[in-house]
Formats: sequence, C-alpha cells, structure tokens
Amino acid sequence: MAGSNDGAPKSRWSSGVAPYVEMGYWDADYQPKDTDILCAFRLVPQEGVDPIEAAAAVAGESSTATWTVVWTDRLTAHEHFQAKAYRVDRVPGTDQYIAYIAYDIDLFEEGSIANLTSSIIGNVFGFKALKSLRLEDMRIPPIYTKTFLGPPHGIVMEREFLNKFGRPLIGATTKPKLGLSARNYGRVVYEALRGGLDFVKDDENINSQPFMRWRDRFLFCMEAVNKAAAVTGEVKGHYLNITAGTMEQMYERAEFAKELGSIIVMIDLTVGYTAIQSMANWCRKNSVILHLHRAGHSTYTRQKTHGISFRVISKWMRLSGVDHIHAGTVVGKLEGDPNSVQGFYATLRESKVAINPVQGLYFEQDWGSMPGVFPVASGGIHAGQIHQLLHLLGEDVVMQFGGGTIGHPDGIAEGAAANRVAIEAMIQARNEGRDYLNEGPEILERAAKWSPSLAKALEIWKDITFDYASTDTPDAVVTPS
Amino acid sequence: MRITQGTFSYLPDFTDEQIQAQIQYCLNNNWPIAIEYTDDPHPRNVYWDMYGLPLFDIKDAVAIMQTLSECKATFPQHYIRISGYDRSLGRATTALQFIVQRPDDEPGFYLDRQEVSDRQVRYTIRSHSVTRPRG
Repeated sequence: MAGSNDGAPKSRWSSGVAPYVEMGYWDADYQPKDTDILCAFRLVPQEGVDPIEAAAAVAGESSTATWTVVWTDRLTAHEHFQAKAYRVDRVPGTDQYIAYIAYDIDLFEEGSIANLTSSIIGNVFGFKALKSLRLEDMRIPPIYTKTFLGPPHGIVMEREFLNKFGRPLIGATTKPKLGLSARNYGRVVYEALRGGLDFVKDDENINSQPFMRWRDRFLFCMEAVNKAAAVTGEVKGHYLNITAGTMEQMYERAEFAKELGSIIVMIDLTVGYTAIQSMANWCRKNSVILHLHRAGHSTYTRQKTHGISFRVISKWMRLSGVDHIHAGTVVGKLEGDPNSVQGFYATLRESKVAINPVQGLYFEQDWGSMPGVFPVASGGIHAGQIHQLLHLLGEDVVMQFGGGTIGHPDGIAEGAAANRVAIEAMIQARNEGRDYLNEGPEILERAAKWSPSLAKALEIWKDITFDYASTDTPDAVVTPS
Repeated sequence: MRITQGTFSYLPDFTDEQIQAQIQYCLNNNWPIAIEYTDDPHPRNVYWDMYGLPLFDIKDAVAIMQTLSECKATFPQHYIRISGYDRSLGRATTALQFIVQRPDDEPGFYLDRQEVSDRQVRYTIRSHSVTRPRG
C-alpha cells in the first residue's frame, strides 16, 4: 500500500500520530532569515504537555501540519514551508512560556492582512493541548512590508495638509454617545471646532440608526465644519463614520463624504481586515484621511495569557494603511499601562523600533520608508493631565477629550478652548526647556489666570484619576537602582 | 477676527523674549528658521511669501530676531510667521510654525454657500482681505 511502512522501523513518514518536534517543527539551531516573519507566542501548556512540544505544535498548526502524518507532505518542499519553533523561554514564576517561531515568506500572500492573520491566528488558538495562547509580537520583514502601501497619508503628510505643526492634534467625540438628531449633533461639532479643537468625531456605534441616519448627519456636520473653518481660519475636520453592514454601503457613504468635502472619514475595527484594507486604498486614491477606531479589540487584547497583544494589531493596521488609530492614554479611563502603551506608540510612529522588553517589544521592527500612523489617545482624559499626556505620549498624537470638552460647565466651545490653551501652554513651556512634567500643574495654573475656560476645567476635574491595576503589563520590570 | 493658525495662537501674543526662546529651541534641534509673510491668511493658502531664503546658516537667535524686525518694519500690516524645519529622513517637514505678527485689523473670512441639489451646499471660504482690500 503506497505510503504505508507496516513492519518497517518507524520513520518520519510512518502513518499515525508523531510528536511535532519529530516532524521538523522544532529546530533549536534554526537561524531566522531576514525575510522570515517571526512570532512570539505566550503559551501555557496543559498539564503533562512538554513546552517544546507545545511550541512545535503551534508552529505546525499555524503552518503545514495536521494532527497525523500525511503522505502528501512528500509531494512538497515541506522543509521550506513548515514553520520552525526555534526558542522557548520560561516566564519566571509562572506556568507560561514564550515561544519564538519563524515562518518563511513564501507562506504568505503579498499585501493581504486577511491572509497574514488567517495564517498565523486562524487555527491554533483553540488547540486543546494548550490552556491558553497569546500572540505577543510579530516581526514583519522589509520584504513583506514592501508589499503593502501603508497609511494613505501618514503623520507628515497629514500635518502638511492640516497646516498644523509642533503640537498634538486635538479632537473630541460628540456626546451623548447615542440619541442626538442630526441637526443637534451638528451643533456639538460646530461649538467644539469653533472653540479650538482640530477634529470632532462620530462615536464607533454612530453609523446609521433610526434616531439619526448617516446622510442627514453628514450634511449637518459639514455645515458645522465649514462654518468653524471660516470663523477660525483653520482647516477643520469631523471624522464621518462610514462603517456599515456591507462594503457597498461603505463605499456609498465614503463617496458622499468626499463629495461634501470632508477631509477625513472613520471606520471601526469591527468592519474587518479586508474592508479596512479596501478603505485604505480608497482613501489613498481620494485624498481623504482615514481614522480607525479599534472597536472590539479589548475582547482579545486585554488578558495577558490569551488573545493577541494590541502591539500586533498596531502592526497589521499600519501595514493595511490607516492614518489614525486609537492606541491608549495611560492616564484615562481605559486599560493601558505606561510601558505597553509607549511600545504601541513607538510601533506606530517610528521607522526603526528596537527590542525593548520593558515595553513588551520582543523583536526589532524595521518599517523602512512606510509612513507613521497617528496614535490617538481617547477616553477619560482632561486638561488637568496635559503635562502627563505630553510626557508619556509625545507630540505626534491626536488627543481626544470628549467628556472633557462637552462636559465643561461654561459650554462646549469653552471646553475646547480650555484644552487648546492647556496644550499650547505646555508645548511653549517644554520648548523653553522647563521641567514641564513636574511644573505642569503650575504651568496650567498660570495659563488659567488669563483663561477662564481653563480655570473652570481645572477646577471641576482636578481630582479625577483612574487608578486601577493594569490587566496587561510586560514581563520585564525596571528594577530601581 | 483673530485667526488661530500656528502652534501658539490660543496664547497671548508672544513677547520678543518668548519668540526668541522658541527660535532657540529650533536651533538647538538643528531646525533652520524661515520667515514668511502674507496678506491672505486663507486656510488653504499654503505658500506665504518668503522673506528671503530659509536661514540655513544662521545659528544665532539674536541675529534671527534682527532679521524678523526688519521684516516687520517692511510689512507692518501683514501676517508674519516663523517656521523651524526638520530635514531628517522620514520627516522632511516643518517641525514648528507660529504667527509672530498680525495686522491691526484682522478682517477674517466670508463663508459662501452655494445651494445645490439633494440638500447639499458647496462651501467656499473667501478672505475679506482679498475681496475687500484695505485702501
């Protein structure tokens, strides 16, 4: 019988189940090639499962293997196509291991995030032999990066178009999240933009509901945007959310946004990787800035032992091509410890990112000439935190203050002005060489003396902090010297 | 109508010391300074007139302040802005830009609305300084 070795000594091709380590999925001597895609997985094997065998199983099941030997492998250059686990490190004090796996570039379709993700995460996460599995990091080689176009505009191009340099961009989400009709929604947008914000945005779940249909919202928002631009002399924008149930509807909404002259649209992560890439192409062709809301990511990015780290999502989104992506605030209402968040920001903005265990960056990442993505800090931040935000997140960031603008006691425009004044004052102080992190409160108080709107904002929110233990921190901890 | 272009427009107008401090910050970062002026502050007017070439070789903030005061004396009723430029790979863009002089009277803009079909409006922003020039 072809393919059967009954009676002969067991070989690689004997039918039946063989350990993955014996099928070539573990190779401690493997030297990763510059063209390989590399992954770092955090795995917890079931009791009795050897960690190296678990790593080899992950390598196998995310590349060529299945659970039993198949003769058809012998029709392929299987040594080339099989992924190789080449290193397994125990995480001290836990039952977790970090497994490093290399994938040959020929396993992947050029320019397809859908294929990249289906390949790496499409199969292994439900594997019974593992209690949990998390994709911690992924090294994208330049050869693969070059098959993507990346952000439609990128940080530099966006600033040059907006004519705004040297300070964070400032935005806000219209509030309440749901229920406003289009005309009143436009009022919120107008007040915030005329008061001093660069952008306002739709919330992730504002798509086209019975209380406000998309076309009506777009028309009123563009009145607000244009009027605000005329009274300030600045380029202003409102991220019109074009997320919809089908691609065809998304294109219809995008075309209308463009026809109305919107400089920017937004989509939610929930539209899926393929839709995101298509929209990136559309935005690039039509010179519209693309904002991505990371809706739904915390269902799988937040727990340390299972899921996908947001740093990997950041990489996929930079490749697909988005101009903005929500990436954490550290000091606001949503999950994100300082080191992890700074790792996300570096991954999105920099050209060459070094290995950094403290920030949870497992691999070097060289983006070459691919433009950077604007990280967006949004969720529970206010003017009283500007010095901390600037210190932690830097200048190339969009800081969004929804509640922190619309909740201002004197009105939305005053709330916007408070945030704008705070940021400009802090940038001025930083440039002058002051220790703005420690002197921050004093710098804000001094500006508040001539800015009543800032004074009110500081007064009302001065005691607000969101101090909870992070659920996702890197393994490496800085030990005080 | 105070136009709010530039990095520091929401702060009170800078004193000479404050302007010089920002120039020094740019020089410390190896970003040469450029001085530009215009009478048309339309938000899409990208190319303000250059007051000479960018000052690639002037590393002295005091000398730059002197050049700036010459520009102010020559164009007392124009908008003038200062930029610091970062030529580094991957950036090659303006790093900082702020207004250092405004005309006494800032006429602002007129929003022209042209109603078209299906409730759309075509918007055009017109600078009063261009449509209704002084004098």
